[in-house]
Amino acid sequence: MSEPADLVVVGAGPAGMAATAAALAGGLRVVLVDSGTALGGQYWRHPPEHARAAVRTDDLHHGLRAYRALCRVLTAHRAAGRLDLRLEHHAWSAVREGDGFAVHVVDRRAAPRETAGVLRTPRLLVATGAYDRQLPFPGWDLPGVLTAGGLQALLKGGGVAAGTRVALGGTGPFLLPVAAGLAARGVEVVAVCEAAHPSAWLRRPGPLLRNPAKWAEGAGYAAALARHRVPVYPRTAIVAAEGGERLTSVRIASLTPDGRPRPGTERRVEVDTVGVGWGFAPQLDLLVPLGCALADSADGNAVAAVDAGQRTTVPGLYTAGETCGVGGAALAVNEGRLAAQSVLTDSAAGAGHGGMNGRLAAVRSAVARQRAFARAMPLAHPIPPAWSSWLTDETVVCRCEEVTAGAVRTARADGAHDHRQVKQLTRAGMGWCQGRMCGPAVHCLTARERAYEPAERLVATPVTLGALADLDEGTPPRTTTTPQAPTTTEAPPTPQAPTTSPAPTVNGATDKECS
Amino acid sequence: MSEIVVDGDPLPFVEGQTVAAALVAAGRVAWRTTRVGRRPRGVFCGIGVCFDCLVAVDGTGGQRACLVPARPGMTVTTREDDDE
Amino acid sequence: MTLKIVVVGAGVVGAACAFHAASAGMDVTVVDRGPVGAGTTSRGEGNVLLSDKEPGPELALARLSRTLWDEAGRELGPASLELEPKGGLVVASTAEGLAALGEFAARQEAAGVRVEPVDRVRDLEPRLAPGLPGGVHYPQDAQVQPVLAAAALLRAAVRHGARFRTGEVVGAVTAGDRGRITGIRTSAGDVLPADAVVNAAGTWGGEVGRRLGAPVEVLPRRGFVLVTEPLPPRVRHKVYSADYVAGVASSDAGLETSCVVEGTRGGTILIGASRERVGFDTTMNPAVVARLAAQACRLFPFLRGVHLMRTYRGFRPYCPDHLPVVGPDPRVPGVVHACGHEGAGIGLAPATGALVTAHLLGHPWRGADPAAHTGLLPDRFLSCGGAPQ
Repeated sequence: MSEPADLVVVGAGPAGMAATAAALAGGLRVVLVDSGTALGGQYWRHPPEHARAAVRTDDLHHGLRAYRALCRVLTAHRAAGRLDLRLEHHAWSAVREGDGFAVHVVDRRAAPRETAGVLRTPRLLVATGAYDRQLPFPGWDLPGVLTAGGLQALLKGGGVAAGTRVALGGTGPFLLPVAAGLAARGVEVVAVCEAAHPSAWLRRPGPLLRNPAKWAEGAGYAAALARHRVPVYPRTAIVAAEGGERLTSVRIASLTPDGRPRPGTERRVEVDTVGVGWGFAPQLDLLVPLGCALADSADGNAVAAVDAGQRTTVPGLYTAGETCGVGGAALAVNEGRLAAQSVLTDSAAGAGHGGMNGRLAAVRSAVARQRAFARAMPLAHPIPPAWSSWLTDETVVCRCEEVTAGAVRTARADGAHDHRQVKQLTRAGMGWCQGRMCGPAVHCLTARERAYEPAERLVATPVTLGALADLDEGTPPRTTTTPQAPTTTEAPPTPQAPTTSPAPTVNGATDKECS
Repeated sequence: MSEIVVDGDPLPFVEGQTVAAALVAAGRVAWRTTRVGRRPRGVFCGIGVCFDCLVAVDGTGGQRACLVPARPGMTVTTREDDDE
Repeated sequence: MTLKIVVVGAGVVGAACAFHAASAGMDVTVVDRGPVGAGTTSRGEGNVLLSDKEPGPELALARLSRTLWDEAGRELGPASLELEPKGGLVVASTAEGLAALGEFAARQEAAGVRVEPVDRVRDLEPRLAPGLPGGVHYPQDAQVQPVLAAAALLRAAVRHGARFRTGEVVGAVTAGDRGRITGIRTSAGDVLPADAVVNAAGTWGGEVGRRLGAPVEVLPRRGFVLVTEPLPPRVRHKVYSADYVAGVASSDAGLETSCVVEGTRGGTILIGASRERVGFDTTMNPAVVARLAAQACRLFPFLRGVHLMRTYRGFRPYCPDHLPVVGPDPRVPGVVHACGHEGAGIGLAPATGALVTAHLLGHPWRGADPAAHTGLLPDRFLSCGGAPQ
């Protein structure tokens, strides 16, 4: 690319890929940044391009046709020099700079070495997705207890099935594909514990009926689970994990309507691995410090407030996908398209290109339908109100700083009335993960009546002080003779860049991003 | 199959796997010890958010095993040096 | 008759004022719009320093405060404050810098500060960069965890009968010809009766003073603090470069950074300190963060491989002459200021609380004698007519 980019997109999942493709189609030059080794984000997580023959994961995916189509578009534009794809680049801060934005990234292609750089852009689209929302329970810090998303990531990204006897627990339809994926790889899934009851959907069938694709997807997983004889227990939860140095069993109980273990129903099940997840928490770390307004989503999360065109309240800043409300990949793709359309409309450069033309109305109506489904989801799969009754005072709540439920309760009794104050008094949320794991739970334990607003994190992902020092001293390790992207002051790729990554100076002409 | 070196011992991996995937594939679920309670930890979130799976890679600590792709000959150390 | 006091501000200074006033038997109500220690207190590193202060009114207050922190530690339990008498190590980077530091330290010593010149700084801090010409060890420098300390002081005040209310001060109720204060009005519409009101609103002290009819000029000076990943103990002292002292005293309007590095109980390493005059602008500034990182890495090369985990920023409250304003305001009888501590509020809090209490009692309290700290009185900003100069 020889001209500055018109748009930086952070996140190459469904929303970011679709937005990038639509913006490119509208004639814009785009830089697409992602921390992963391949396009796809979490939903379409894949092994790196060169490893796909060795690690087959196609059968674990849903909607691969859309993924491949997007990959083809991006690959073609990359070859044409209009897309600057930055995989294994972690965005640690985004700030306003003049009329545009400066996105601070570290290049980790030669990890553990890090090279810091800055991408400057008039418009920024944040499509950073979400991660599993967790609720603590006794034993959840034992080795062998993973998030449901973690089990899925190991499967889709590395072809690795963790464990041989697995129980899954939590709430939401995401548990089903994880169970189906594990079963397909020969893992014995002994229980899927769904805290909600399917009848919740029957009480509000409208959104489901208007989204036949969701219904079909769910039915497909149900059939797969039946085929593998995986039992799904409604209104049931994993209320404790047990073991010494690692997990050996879980305790499973039926739940009362408010989520307490039903007396006499608790039973012990021997397993070597557990996957848990309670829906998702949007990844807002780049958005919050930019000052964009948040909105209350029905699922207990605060999300980015956007208009019908995915514009945040900060001029020039757009967001699409789970950051503005957890709703799944199909919605994320459509929101990405809408965001790109807004970027085109708002850019003088893109005014002449009607990126989507007549399809816009169809996308908008699909988004409306899919959002209705997304809004119905937390009503059908709520966090059980009485989940904290599973905790003992000794249960670790903050995994990083090893702060217990008892300490959080004491802080609350001392007057702490939100997770920020609990953090100051107990260190819960002060560790490596900065409250990403325990934040929603600490919030529920202190201020459940409000939506969870994550703490402002000015550093979105850790970065070494050495990389920052080099940025300050302006001493990139090497200079390049063929600048790849004049929009960046970043140091060029290093000679030790792993063979697993595309040769960046070639602009990916030889890459095939689709399997 | 290629190998990385984990605490001095070779560990095979399939090209494309992360360090965490290679460890889990070998049956290891825990490799770190917590600072306060000295409790074992391994992979939890698997996507770089929870920082439970930290290791040192080629001498640099604080690396998320679930994010770093394994490369032949890479040295992985699971124990923090408790110097002083 | 029991004196009724309202303390505006539940930061570490307000908490210390409440603690001392309540210990002296006064009837104390603390008012803050937020919880304890949520403002600048939560953004501090917990410095209890003598090393960075030149002889004068602030050093005199700091010396008293250092003693009172030890007393508070004995009374409240050192663990409840995370009080750590770790000592400070100021290192010079050049021979000229070392000479200037030595001269500065000699003047401090004459003013009663314990100083120990160090030739081989790596004997004290083995991970310092090689080749540093020397420094000065200040064994009295210490650290507290600011929010825990503020919360512990306020809890102790409550044990002595103080009350803590959430609310915002909107104005004063006065009586008589001289306009003596008789209470404050809050945003909730109620009136808290008071014989005296202590303005311990920190960076917002200027605004609170205005609402009480006794304006003082307190301005914000933004600072970023970097927090690293948790590590085994690697930095034993509060270590900073000699140019930090120049930065603290400077009035320059632009960005200044002079690095301070120290470990914490939690294992993280804190790196400060930047100084910018940008009003209450909360915007993240990666360039400042990068500059601090570069300076810290020059001091401690091992930090290059250590991760920045988070950064936060706060607003130091400073007066035009960089001294805190502590004492009664002659314009509104009953108003006592206790703000404008800039970056030293944590360290100076106990002595400020004791001095305010002494002013209210009309006689010395816990070693704080109003006659010995006249340089901090608000009078210095006022012309004969009572208006700010």
